[in-house]
Amino acid sequence: MTQPTRLRAGAESLAAPLPPLLASAEHLASTVMLGQHGRRRSGLGDEFWQYRPSHAGDEARSIDWRRSGRSDALFVREKEWQAAQSVLLWLDGAQSMNFASAGAMQTKIDRAKLLALAASVLLIRGGERVGLTSLTMPPRSGEMQLLRLTQTLADAEGAEDYGIPEVKGMVSHSRAVFISDFMGDISAVSEALTSAADKGVKGALLQILDPEEEAFPFDGRTIFESIGGTLQHETLKAGDLRDRYLERLAARKAELANLARMTGWQYHCHHTDAPASSALLWLYGALERTT
Amino acid sequence: MLTIGSLGFTAPWLLLGLLVLPILWILLRAVPPAPIRRRFPGVALLLGLTDDETQTDRTPWWLLLLRTLAIAAVIIGFAGPVLNPKATEDGDGPLLILLDATWADAPDWSRRMDRVEGLLADASAAGRETAVVRLTDLPAGELPFRAAATWVPQLPGFRPEAWSPDAEAVGRWAETLDGTFSTFWLSDGLDHPWREGLLSRLEARGDVRAFEAPRPVYGLLPTVFAEGLLAVSAVRNRAADAAEVSVIGHGLDPAGTPRELVSATLTFAAGETEASADLNILPELRNRITRFEISGIRSAGAVSLTDDALQRREVALIAGRSDSEGLELLSPTHYLRQALVTKSDLIEGALSDVVLANPDVIVLADVAQLSAAETSEVEDWVRAGGLLVRFAGPRLAASDVSRSEEDILMPVRLRAGGRNVGGAMSWGEPKTLRAFPSQSPFFGLPVPDEVVVTAQVMAQPDPTLADRVIASLADGTPLVTRKRLDAGQIVLFHVTANAEWSTLPLSGLFVSMLERLSISSRPVALTAEDLAGTTWTPDQVLTAFGEVSDAGTLPSVAGEDLAEAPLGAQLPPGLYVGEDRRIARNVLGPDNTLQAFSWPGSVPVEGLAVERETPLKGVLLAAALIMLMADIIASLWLSGRLTGPRAAGTTASLFLGLMLAVPADAQEEDIAAQIAAASEVALAYVVTGDPRLDERSEAGLRGLSDVLYRRTSIEPVAPIAVNLETDALSLHPFLYWPITPDQPRPSGEAYQKLNTYLRTGGLILFDTRDADTARFGATSPNARKLQSLALPLDIPPLEIIPEDHVLTRTFYLLQDFPGRHASRDIWVEAAPADAEQTEGMPFRNLNDNVTPVVIGGNDWASAWATDTRGNRMFPVGRGFAGERQREIAFRFGVNLIMHVLTGNYKSDQVHVPALLDRLGQ
Repeated sequence: MTQPTRLRAGAESLAAPLPPLLASAEHLASTVMLGQHGRRRSGLGDEFWQYRPSHAGDEARSIDWRRSGRSDALFVREKEWQAAQSVLLWLDGAQSMNFASAGAMQTKIDRAKLLALAASVLLIRGGERVGLTSLTMPPRSGEMQLLRLTQTLADAEGAEDYGIPEVKGMVSHSRAVFISDFMGDISAVSEALTSAADKGVKGALLQILDPEEEAFPFDGRTIFESIGGTLQHETLKAGDLRDRYLERLAARKAELANLARMTGWQYHCHHTDAPASSALLWLYGALERTT
Repeated sequence: MLTIGSLGFTAPWLLLGLLVLPILWILLRAVPPAPIRRRFPGVALLLGLTDDETQTDRTPWWLLLLRTLAIAAVIIGFAGPVLNPKATEDGDGPLLILLDATWADAPDWSRRMDRVEGLLADASAAGRETAVVRLTDLPAGELPFRAAATWVPQLPGFRPEAWSPDAEAVGRWAETLDGTFSTFWLSDGLDHPWREGLLSRLEARGDVRAFEAPRPVYGLLPTVFAEGLLAVSAVRNRAADAAEVSVIGHGLDPAGTPRELVSATLTFAAGETEASADLNILPELRNRITRFEISGIRSAGAVSLTDDALQRREVALIAGRSDSEGLELLSPTHYLRQALVTKSDLIEGALSDVVLANPDVIVLADVAQLSAAETSEVEDWVRAGGLLVRFAGPRLAASDVSRSEEDILMPVRLRAGGRNVGGAMSWGEPKTLRAFPSQSPFFGLPVPDEVVVTAQVMAQPDPTLADRVIASLADGTPLVTRKRLDAGQIVLFHVTANAEWSTLPLSGLFVSMLERLSISSRPVALTAEDLAGTTWTPDQVLTAFGEVSDAGTLPSVAGEDLAEAPLGAQLPPGLYVGEDRRIARNVLGPDNTLQAFSWPGSVPVEGLAVERETPLKGVLLAAALIMLMADIIASLWLSGRLTGPRAAGTTASLFLGLMLAVPADAQEEDIAAQIAAASEVALAYVVTGDPRLDERSEAGLRGLSDVLYRRTSIEPVAPIAVNLETDALSLHPFLYWPITPDQPRPSGEAYQKLNTYLRTGGLILFDTRDADTARFGATSPNARKLQSLALPLDIPPLEIIPEDHVLTRTFYLLQDFPGRHASRDIWVEAAPADAEQTEGMPFRNLNDNVTPVVIGGNDWASAWATDTRGNRMFPVGRGFAGERQREIAFRFGVNLIMHVLTGNYKSDQVHVPALLDRLGQ
């Protein structure tokens, strides 16, 4: 569902992938109860917050006459302050994400897209503005943005082997979500994170891994190739490499977690054989926490 | 062919391929297993990791060994290894394959034929002309030499014969041999008189090789009766180790079934060629024995047919003068007893008692008058096949028996007084006997001169007299007359049984005459004189394999030949029937022995027990294949393909293949369920294949079982589903069979079971379940299906249930048999046509069996159906009327099961008064 067929003509190629992805994202998003996303204080917003006795300086038009009519005092109807946040998503569309082992239900990129879009659905329903860190899609709110996001995410696949986080379109003091397997060069991630931290951007790092990448169930003489085919490693006894590989993977995770802690981000590792809703819950919570 | 020990190779040059194996080893060792290419995103983390060991770039030694062995097996396999290779027949020039083909060959005839076939194959390969000759069926003229392969189709027609070749014929044939040929002689192992001469003739033509079975040849001698015991003896041709053979006497039991009647074990001591045992068996049993045979040896020599020699006749001796105080030698029965005592079983006693014992022969010595009762008893006995022998004497001469008209128990009428010749007061010489006429049973017996007759009773000249005389005096006076009476005969000796009137009882002729009349058993050995002038028809003949077969239309043989001529195609061993006697010609006579032939040193002798040639090619190739399969698995495992991801499918399919290779065990029959069904009463229903219908049947029978349990003393257990194809029906007294249009037809075996079930008292309730829409008999799909299902069933004529059918009163008094539907069309076995209602009785007396079928369409199961908690499952009718209908349906069920289990008990008249009372009549 992620590969919009380039061979087919216009409308079909555009329309075909969208509804399923959006639908499954919305289906996933519906599993999360939308909490009150307000600021817990009065301000501009749509939701009723409180009645307060009017005091000098209140404009006459701000008085809630209906409430005031029931008593002798005048009341002003206050609404909760609802400031829209900008949340910028970066989705690693590199080749390394396009991998699914036999035990996994979908490729890592599919899972990433699903999670990104589901988070977008949640955020946009919560009135936030959602965009992508690349300059192609500045944060906006509204259902149209959701459709645009869907379109963009569906095509978000690159040719390179490992993705590098983009920070160009990052707005200061916004929120950001990086979804990737973080298998590539860690320095690029670290650079992106520090640059984001410099701009006062906080967010979440969601690492998506395939169960096979966690288990390394290989043995015998094997040539490992990256998905793009640029990297290659030959071993005569893959079983012997398992421990060292797992060590390296654990080190990579620890590094990511450390990096996140230093920059005030949240880090979570999600596996494609686990249900997506748990990752979405975590993502939702992480955005709540960093708000 | 290259031979190493017992292993030979047909293509030994291929074994050179084994030299390649070391090279192969090195090559294989140098080539590591091919790597797998895997796409793996985590490769970035792997970069820079090096392998600890470098060992695995070589193939492990055990895999190398496996592969090398597999290749070696292939090479050796194609080199054609053969275990115990048979030495091929070498030599050239024509080959004569000579078979004795006597009865001694019969036990291992098929192996001999195999050997001949092998010889022919070799000769065919060598291009030798071959002749196959059986000595029992000598070819006329030249030896039939021709291409060896053309003999092969003829081999199945070659049979051994039950006799040995005639020495003279073999000798004549041996003289015609000429030319040069080598001989392969398959000998039967016996020393025949012609063998040596033939061997020397054959050796003159070329080299001779012989072939002899190493096991001894056994033969059974004719069983002899001596001093109350049966002497069974067997011989063998080689004085080998001690051995035991078991001899079995076969015969018909009183029901006419062939059985083993007696058996004996004969023990050959080591170094002995003869063994014998004595059997003491009852005369009745002894007379039933038709043949003895050595068990386990299929050969005519191991069979000895029995004849009259074994069958001792029961002879009743009755003398007229039982109160005689005379000398013993004057006793009328003294000579008879002396002549018969060793050869017959004698009975003495009153005539009426003796007739009851049903002897073979009754001898009346000078008994004149019999009472009317005795006459009729004896007459019946004679007509049933008895032989009545009467001797004359003073009493008979003095009596009026058969004087004016022929007595039924006398062959001729007698003149008064008789006559005396040669006495002191008479004229003329004592008369001698005339030679016996050809139609006489005594024909051929020599007439000694010393037999003279001084007194006799005279026969009245009658038109029938000439036919009845079987011996007469020199002047033509009848001496012995005979009359046939149905199956039996009456013989009158016109002289006394003692020496008073003649010297006949003193002579050997008397004994021979008694023998010919089969009054006494004959001795085992017969001479040509004994049988001179008689003709014998073969009744049963022995095949070489010892099987007794009907003689068919073989021509008769003369008695002289039967006694002494050697067995042959004209005189096959078997049982020959004469006028009243049976004589067996067995392969071995009473004093035959079997001698092994000792071959001269110039003739190589080969045993039969050659080890069979076993080609090993298939085994080796299969082993190679298995090893290569193992190699596949091992290689997969070694390269991580068996344990890695996606390997589960491969492994599963491998195991699946293995499991498929193992045939599924036949399921054991569920005995426990049958025992459970047999130990309790259980209602059963036929599985139709429609699960809902079957559920309904089960629920219905469950409901009926509950009702039976509560209301009657029938306490059924849970209903049983019966599959007509697989389950035993005999355990169930009652079957409920609902009909659907689409149920499968039972198979032929199932119909056979059903018919047995119906004939042996089972009841099937057929339910078409469509009485609401179709009256029974109309064309509803269910009814049509029922008709087609029931067509092969053995169902008696049916009628609509009459008002006085026993089903109406086996437990409840009923007139309606509703189920869920309330049709009155219930069909049961029709009452007999002559069943009449007695005046004053409410019911006809129908003491018939349980009706095997009840057919209706009222859907009873639905009316009876209850779920496991006892709730009714289906509505019946409406309101109270409906519940009443259901109640009646249950009552019908109770009546039906009562009918099944108690039969026509209620059809009895015992309960009529009570029933009448209840009916208010």
